Amino acid sequence: MTPRDLPALTVAELQAMLRRREVSPREVLTALHERIAEVDPRVGAYLSRDLRDALRRAERADVSLSLGGVPVAIKDNINVAGQPCTCASKILGNYRATYDATVITKLVAAGAIPFGKTNLDEFAMGSSTENSSLGTTFNPWDLQRVAGGSSGGSAAAVAADEAFAALGSDTGGSVRQPAALTGIVGLKPTYGRVSRFGVTAFASSLDQVGPLTKNVRDCALMMNALSGGDVQDSTSLHLPATDHTAQLGHDVRGLRLGIAKEHSRPGVDPEVQRLVRAAVDHFASLGAEIVEVSLPQTEYAVAVYYVLATAEASANLARFDGIRYGHRTGNPRDLLDLYQRSRAEGFGPEVKRRIILGTYVLSSGYYDAYYSTALKIRELIRRDFVRVFEQVDALISPTSPIPAFKAGDLGSDPLQMYLADIFTIPANLAGICALSLPCGFAETSDGARLPVGLQLLGRALDEARLLQIGYAYEQSTGWHMQRPPLAHR
Amino acid sequence: MADQGFDVAYVAKLARLCLSEEEARLFQAQLADVFAHVDKLREVDVSGVEAAAHVVPLFNVYREDETRPWFTPEGALENAPRQANGLFIVPKVVE
Repeated sequence: MTPRDLPALTVAELQAMLRRREVSPREVLTALHERIAEVDPRVGAYLSRDLRDALRRAERADVSLSLGGVPVAIKDNINVAGQPCTCASKILGNYRATYDATVITKLVAAGAIPFGKTNLDEFAMGSSTENSSLGTTFNPWDLQRVAGGSSGGSAAAVAADEAFAALGSDTGGSVRQPAALTGIVGLKPTYGRVSRFGVTAFASSLDQVGPLTKNVRDCALMMNALSGGDVQDSTSLHLPATDHTAQLGHDVRGLRLGIAKEHSRPGVDPEVQRLVRAAVDHFASLGAEIVEVSLPQTEYAVAVYYVLATAEASANLARFDGIRYGHRTGNPRDLLDLYQRSRAEGFGPEVKRRIILGTYVLSSGYYDAYYSTALKIRELIRRDFVRVFEQVDALISPTSPIPAFKAGDLGSDPLQMYLADIFTIPANLAGICALSLPCGFAETSDGARLPVGLQLLGRALDEARLLQIGYAYEQSTGWHMQRPPLAHR
Repeated sequence: MADQGFDVAYVAKLARLCLSEEEARLFQAQLADVFAHVDKLREVDVSGVEAAAHVVPLFNVYREDETRPWFTPEGALENAPRQANGLFIVPKVVE
C-alpha cells in the first residue's frame, strides 16, 4: 500500500494498520492532507484545517486506543479549542473556540485526532449547504450537485476520501440526508445519547451530534467513543456504556421491520421508490418479516418541526448580539442599533427567516395557536412511534425523497426545501435513533448516477439494533463499496 | 388566517434584526407560504394532550456544585469585539 492509497481506508482498516505500526499517525495525516489538497478545490468540504495542530496531536497519539491515531473531520458548529468555529456564518467569521466540546474531549480520549472543520448550512439551517456564507460544497458523485445538508461538508469529505470519518449534527436530518446524498453512512443517535455541550445550539430539544462514516462498522466504532452522559449537558443520559459493535454480524432472521403506509406519498422520486422497495425485498430475502404499520401524524411533522425548531432557534441565536463575541457593527448610534445592525450584517437570509418565524410563533397572541399546539402534536408523533415499536423492531423508509439536486435548484423556495425533510424530521421530534445507509443508485433523466439512502428508524436507545440491521444489509449488498468517480490526478 | 396578523417589520423588531426593504418584502411572501403550510396544524385534535417540551423523561437533574477549571478572564475576552482593562466595551446605556 502506498501513501496515496491510505485515504480510501475505513476507520477500522486504518486503525488496524496504525495499531500494527505499519503506518504512523504522522504519515496518515500527511497522506490525508495531500488528498485534501488534491480534491477539495473541486469539492469544497472544508472551511479550515490546522495541519500543525494535528501533527502535534499525532506525536502524542496512542495507537492502542480504539480510534488511536485516526483523524476525524469536525463540522464547524462544534467547538475545538484554538480552532475557528464559524458555523459558516459571517457573524462568527473571526471566532476561535476557547474550549473543546464534550464530543471532542471524548474523541480525543479514544485516541482520535480532530483534523479540519467542515462546511455547513449557516448555523446548521438548511438541507443543501448552500446556506453557508463561507463557500459551496459540491457532491463528489456529481460536482454540479449539492452534497445535502446541513452537514454537507462532513458528508462530502467522507465520500471523497478526504476524511476517514466526520462528525455532524442532526436537528431534522442534517447528518442522515447528506449521508444519503453522498452515498455514506450517517446516524442520528437517540436524544440524550451524545452530549451537546460545546455544539452551537440550533434547536436544543432536537439537536444531536452523530457520526458520518464509510460503513456501518465505523459508525459503531465512532458511537462507542461519542456516547455517554455529561455533567455539562443536563439532557444527556447517564447510562452504562453500550458496545455498539456487539451485534454486528448477527442476522436479521425473524426481526420485524415496518413500512409505514404514510411513507408512500407523492413527491418521492420514482428511482428512490424503486431502490427502497428493492431494499425491503432484500430484507425479506434475509429472513426479516415485513409488517405494514401506520404513523398517522406523519403529514404534520414538517409543520411541527418548523414551528418548534425556529422557536428554539430564535431564542438560542439571541446570544449573537455583538457584545461578547462575534461581529459588531461599526459606529452604532446606541445599544439597540448595535444589536439590530450587528445581527443584520452577520446573519444570512435563511437564518433571518427562521429567527423571524420563530419569534412570531412565540409572540403574544400566537404562542398558543402555533408553539403550544406544535408541542402537543409532537407528543402525538412520539406516541405514534411508541405504538409502532410495539409491533416492529425497526422501520424502513427513504432518507430523502429525492437524490442530490443541482446547486441552485431549490434555493429560492424555502417551503419546498423544508418539505424534503419529511422522512428525517419525525425521528428528531420523537427523540428516537435513525440510521441512513446507501441502498443503490438512481439513474437520472440527464444521465447522472446518484447514491440513494435507506433510513432505518429504531426505538429510543436501540442504536445497536439499527447497526446490526444496517450491517446485515450492507454486507449482503455491498453498496457501500462503491466510490465516487473523483479521480486522483 | 395567520399571515393576516403577520407583519414582518414588527416581528423583525422583536427579534432585534433590521431588514432591508427588499428582505422585508421577500420574507413576507416566503413566510406566508410557510404559514399556509403550518396552518395544517389546526386540523389536529389536541384536546387532552399534554404539551411535551422534551421527549425523553428527565426530572430534577442535579450535579454537585463544585469548582472546575474554566475560562480565565483573558480567555473569556479572547473573542470580544472591543475590550479594555479586562472588560467588554459597550455603548453607553445610561445617561
